[in-house]
Amino acid sequence: MRAAIPSSLSRREFLADAGILAIGFTLIPRSVRGLSSGSGESEALAPSADALDSWLVVGRDDRVTVYAGKVELGTGVSTALRQIVAEELDVPFERITWVQGDSQLTVDQGRTVGSGSIKRGGGQLRRAAAEARQALLEMAASKLNVPANQLELTDGAISVTGDASRRLTFGALIGGGRFERTISGRAPVKAPSEYKVVGRPVPRVEIPAKMTGKHVYVHDLRLPGMVHGRVVRPPRVGATLESLDEQSGARLPGVIRVVRKGTFVGVVAEREEQAVRAAKALTVKWNATPVLPDAADLYTRFKSLAKTERVVGEAGDVNAALRSATRPVRATYRWPFQLHASIGPSCAVADVRGENATVYSATQGAHQLVAPIAALLGMPAEKVRVIFTEGSGCYGHNGADDVAGDAALLSQAVGRPVRVQWSREDEHAWEPEGPAMLFEMAGAVGADGKISAWTYDAWTPTHGARPTRDPATLVPGALVVGSAPAGEFFSGGGERNARTTYVLPNERVTSHPVPSFPIRTSSLRGLGSPQNSFANESFIDELAAAARLDPVELRRRHLTDPRALAVIDAAVKRAGWIARSSPPPRAALASSEARRGRGFAYVQYDRTEAYVAAVADVDVRPDTGTVRVRRVCVAHDCGLIVNPDGLRNQIEGNVIQAISRTLKEAVRFDATRVTGVDWNGYPILRFSEIPEAIDIELIDRPDQPSVGAGEAATSPIPAAIANAIFDATGARVRQVPFTPDRVRAALRA
Amino acid sequence: MHQTSTTLRIRVNGTDHDVAAEPDTPLLYVLRSELSLNGPKFGCGLGQCGSCTVHVDGAPRRSCVTAVSSVAGKEVVTLEGLGTPERPHPLQQAFIDEQAAQCGYCINGMIMRAAALLARTPRPSRDEILSAMDANLCRCGTHMRIVRAIERAAAGGMPSPTGREG
Repeated sequence: MRAAIPSSLSRREFLADAGILAIGFTLIPRSVRGLSSGSGESEALAPSADALDSWLVVGRDDRVTVYAGKVELGTGVSTALRQIVAEELDVPFERITWVQGDSQLTVDQGRTVGSGSIKRGGGQLRRAAAEARQALLEMAASKLNVPANQLELTDGAISVTGDASRRLTFGALIGGGRFERTISGRAPVKAPSEYKVVGRPVPRVEIPAKMTGKHVYVHDLRLPGMVHGRVVRPPRVGATLESLDEQSGARLPGVIRVVRKGTFVGVVAEREEQAVRAAKALTVKWNATPVLPDAADLYTRFKSLAKTERVVGEAGDVNAALRSATRPVRATYRWPFQLHASIGPSCAVADVRGENATVYSATQGAHQLVAPIAALLGMPAEKVRVIFTEGSGCYGHNGADDVAGDAALLSQAVGRPVRVQWSREDEHAWEPEGPAMLFEMAGAVGADGKISAWTYDAWTPTHGARPTRDPATLVPGALVVGSAPAGEFFSGGGERNARTTYVLPNERVTSHPVPSFPIRTSSLRGLGSPQNSFANESFIDELAAAARLDPVELRRRHLTDPRALAVIDAAVKRAGWIARSSPPPRAALASSEARRGRGFAYVQYDRTEAYVAAVADVDVRPDTGTVRVRRVCVAHDCGLIVNPDGLRNQIEGNVIQAISRTLKEAVRFDATRVTGVDWNGYPILRFSEIPEAIDIELIDRPDQPSVGAGEAATSPIPAAIANAIFDATGARVRQVPFTPDRVRAALRA
Repeated sequence: MHQTSTTLRIRVNGTDHDVAAEPDTPLLYVLRSELSLNGPKFGCGLGQCGSCTVHVDGAPRRSCVTAVSSVAGKEVVTLEGLGTPERPHPLQQAFIDEQAAQCGYCINGMIMRAAALLARTPRPSRDEILSAMDANLCRCGTHMRIVRAIERAAAGGMPSPTGREG
């Protein structure tokens, strides 16, 4: 048994009263939930996933409090997951209280990543709710002395069939008590045909508060005695600190302390603007040797750094098939480093006093952040608690974990709660970037009008560099020791959708990991899928054009999965796709008249998840090279739909963000640092550039399990746009972003 | 060390407040830290993204690059001054009806900018909406819904310029 958790850590409730956070109200005492045992390992601090009491508690007031490890990142999952619980438990949706992402209060459901919240997280919650339903039925049967099969469960109460007067609410049955029950996984779950809440466009729970300034983001937390920290950053990790004049910051108004640990330099001040001023005023000199290649040499550097390769998929004899091809096609595609580019730079509040640390963070993994924070602070993991508090949309691994480390270090230094708000420059320059990728493709279409050969080779840095027990996996930890670990290469990320789902007789798909690169990279929405799909779906279009085939028809010839064919048919029908068999005439270079084109792409996300087909309509001005995406049609099948409006919102967001990434986004850097550190240096899509319409067809499959929709619709968009530019102009753009310069260059090629 | 701030009187959401701040402090920090108004958000501190937008005498202003001293004697309205969850402003209601948010971090700026637009141009064309909103950034890609929400509010008619109840 480990020591009891001090009361200040064992209770949690936010009361956002006039925007001021108050902590200290017990929501559900841990003792009620039986959460007091553990081995002292950090993982053991989280409630056990096997115990029903870990997941939900019924109050005497008939409210059901759910403890979810999956968290709201702005995608609406906290509403959709509530729907799943409300449905399975037959409790009114409004009567559910939601607690999410607390390393000591909620089950560790794994990070909120990879479009897995509904698929995996929802499944766990459904089983927990079904178990609770079963338990409540058994209790009611005993109390009412009626067999369970003569009981019915509605609106959070159980009554005797045909005798509504004999009725017990959930609160009356167990309110405030414990189920003391293991989740067997055998409790019956409802058939989708019985669903009343799942499948409905339930409005998102937190949206009214978000529209009125009442929602408390991590940026809005104010703890009693809280002060403000800022970190003064070198050009890059590994730079050495030549000199630091602490007095240049320390003597300014409100400054509490200048903190230095290795090359981690921070200031803490009473007020936010004082911390900002002091950080700016601090005289500090860095030495940073150049480590980054010239942008023009980036992809060559990738090739020289990659020493190994991995065959992801292989069929037939592709070498022989290419040799015998009459017209083999070869193409090289390039994708740049890109940013998550959250609108709110990362922010965290940490309270490290005495033996305990509490960190409020918009992390994707509260449980997983405990170990790196504990290591950074030199504290045992069981003394560290991470509480998820929603932030600005993150779209993957942004600066949320790193800023939590900043706040923890500074709070430890001053012994007061510290809030650290990254600047725009901090976020643009220091968040882990989505990896650049290089693709070399070769293939051919045979005399039978089918693809006879297909090879793919891709070079990529890692798509996963999440913090571990090594504190240097957080930026502040890396600054303390002066270097960042290479980390383990996460091959799964870059290989997402590397192999297509087309049935090809001769293919070879090879990935070439770039084991370490001086730009830190990690997971950005979709990981390698948008990049891989850009290459694959552009290349199949090139093969179709070379063989003078309709690009949709060529894809159909290599698919047998009826769900794949159904989304393709739906998108094509909705867009009014007209089959065409030849590449268009080249656009005249000087023409200022916009050329219209239409492109198609299809991807099954991660090869086993959501099916998405997209048709993009574009206007291209040959003289300026500007591309405008006018309309996008998407057909989408992610199995059983939990919340159709939430799903549409996600698809629209994926489409807009993907247009932005495709047309505009690339990280700029010089030999030592990222240089595009504001919205001018890293522009994203604006209102004047959005399509006139995003036309979505949802294919609901109540008989199929739900899979994620947080990322899938991004994947086909880049190629759909590239293919539309080709259709409009006859020019093929093979490097993202499709800036006017690149489009003009493609027109001249 | 103690701060050397002065006391300034500013009028926010119809109420006068005496705040302690140096005159060049960005209005955003004063609204958030001194008045606990969480509607306006820090996005860039550079006047580039619009997350911090408030109304100053009815016009949209980026509070991250607006010195607090410059709003003395003027009427500042924040998102909280437009309406509450219980009594939302028609534009807030339109955003709720359209579910025009994902993470919602940029939405303060979207609503404040749109409210100023509709006060000036009650029935804007789609192009006028796009042009007015072009200065504000959203990363979740909620643009289509934001435009629909503004169109919905415009179709439903708008109350007085800064839209306060009463």
